[in-house]
Amino acid sequence: MQLSANTQAVVYLISAILFILALKGLTHPATARRGNFLGMAGMALAIVATLLGGEVQSYGFIIAGVLVGGLIGIVVAQRIQMTAMPQLVAALHSFVGLAAVLVAIGTFLNKRDAGLLNAVLMGELSAGAIIGAITFTGSVIAFGKLQGLISGKPVKFAMQHPLNAAIALATIALGVHFAMTGSVVSLTLMTLLALILGVTLIIPIGGADMPVIISMLNSYSGWAAAATGFTLQNNLLIIVGALVGFSGAILSYIMCRAMNRSIINVVFGGFGSESTGAPSAGAAAMEKGIKSASVEDAVYWMEDANRVIVVPGYGMAVAQAQHALKELMELLEARGVEVRFGVHPVAGRMPGHMNVLLAEADIPYDRVLEMDEINPDFPSTDVTLVVGANDVVNPAAKDDASSPIYGMPILEAGRSKQVYFLKRSMNPGYSGVDNLLFYKENTSLIFGDAKDTIEGMVSALKGSAH
Amino acid sequence: MPDTLIGLYVFVLACFIGYYVIWGVTPSLHTPLVALTNAISGIVIVGALLVTGLDSVGSFAEITGFLAVLLASINVFGGFLVTNRMLAMFKKKDK
Repeated sequence: MQLSANTQAVVYLISAILFILALKGLTHPATARRGNFLGMAGMALAIVATLLGGEVQSYGFIIAGVLVGGLIGIVVAQRIQMTAMPQLVAALHSFVGLAAVLVAIGTFLNKRDAGLLNAVLMGELSAGAIIGAITFTGSVIAFGKLQGLISGKPVKFAMQHPLNAAIALATIALGVHFAMTGSVVSLTLMTLLALILGVTLIIPIGGADMPVIISMLNSYSGWAAAATGFTLQNNLLIIVGALVGFSGAILSYIMCRAMNRSIINVVFGGFGSESTGAPSAGAAAMEKGIKSASVEDAVYWMEDANRVIVVPGYGMAVAQAQHALKELMELLEARGVEVRFGVHPVAGRMPGHMNVLLAEADIPYDRVLEMDEINPDFPSTDVTLVVGANDVVNPAAKDDASSPIYGMPILEAGRSKQVYFLKRSMNPGYSGVDNLLFYKENTSLIFGDAKDTIEGMVSALKGSAH
Repeated sequence: MPDTLIGLYVFVLACFIGYYVIWGVTPSLHTPLVALTNAISGIVIVGALLVTGLDSVGSFAEITGFLAVLLASINVFGGFLVTNRMLAMFKKKDK
């Protein structure tokens, strides 16, 4: 059976519609799974239509590639820990990037053999190879930082910006030369430089800016697919590339807005690397000292509270404290306490990281609220429990105009009657900014591993049955 | 109209669709969104299939295509499955 070019185009169109509906499904958790299945159907249709289109003549390598790749994908998807999701996503982005580079090179070789090269095609090939190569190495670096293989700190080097600009210009120049001459040397050099550029662009960015970087690389992987679509004159790839590219771009924008920083500042800024000097308000607060509290103190206040809000952060992921939190939630609810979770958009290492971890612990999603939804409720909340978050609750963002995080929207935990801060140590958050919330009268710190502390609360609650 | 220009029309209009659809995604599902877009950007597999399956391919192009098929397959299978795994965890309070 062989599909005509027109039938194939119609199937591609159906496939594109299914992908759009798949993304649309994510509007609400109740429709999301159906959306994902529509996406799978779209992909299956696209692959079958391609295989039956008449252009594909030999199947040996294809079957081998799909079998091996599919098996790896299935095993990894089943085994991966939810806390490792940012790493997995970074790894998958790198595969899309590398695949786009390989497709560009393969297409060049095939078209050259067939004598079908022209300047427009080679220009599109260059775009695909460059974006793909940057996505590939950039994602490998992001993976390394998330996995702890390389330092999560911003890595600075001399002449960083001029060097990056020079590499970028040289890459584009080689791309233009390749488009005009079809020189294999230019194509190779261009791809190599783009690979280097991916490294030098991402390595100066710190671990805590990863939500932006993950979103940005997500966007790049989409643009790489779109560029591949232009080279192959395949509208399906162009549509999907545009959808994915825009998805990543919008996520980057949302993440940046949640930090009150521009994308330029994140990509070229190097946050928290310069010493900022003690801000005046911080110094004044410092003298008041901090209070530490025991697990029992916190339990005493929480069990008689009406409303408790938990603010999770990356520390919760590191300590794997989400399951203990679920138990705490249930025990408090059994005593008639309303327990909810307030999530800041940049909490964790990727967009929505906290929501997935809380969902993993079987915490119902209607208990997990976004920053804007929950902020009005803090003044009427008895106890706020901050678990492994720091900068996202720092009142300096509102009160101290000299603070580097000034202007960043925060969860207004400090406005609740009592705040308990679960902290491993007195180290400041990633921004290196002292947290003014520590010194507020209604704040107490509980030192120790977040998971151990919450488990302590759980056993204290179990012991004190009313 | 040349093909590249048609492609540009499709691209720009698809960008608008992307813009409106993505703003509708609830923030609590942003991680599944990244995973799902990851899976569907595995659509480069279409390009990989075309490179690999051409009957007149030289060996180097064929190896290139094979690697691309393999990588894109990891994305497609891994991406959709891990998204499904995550979405299955999002539950309302039962009762």
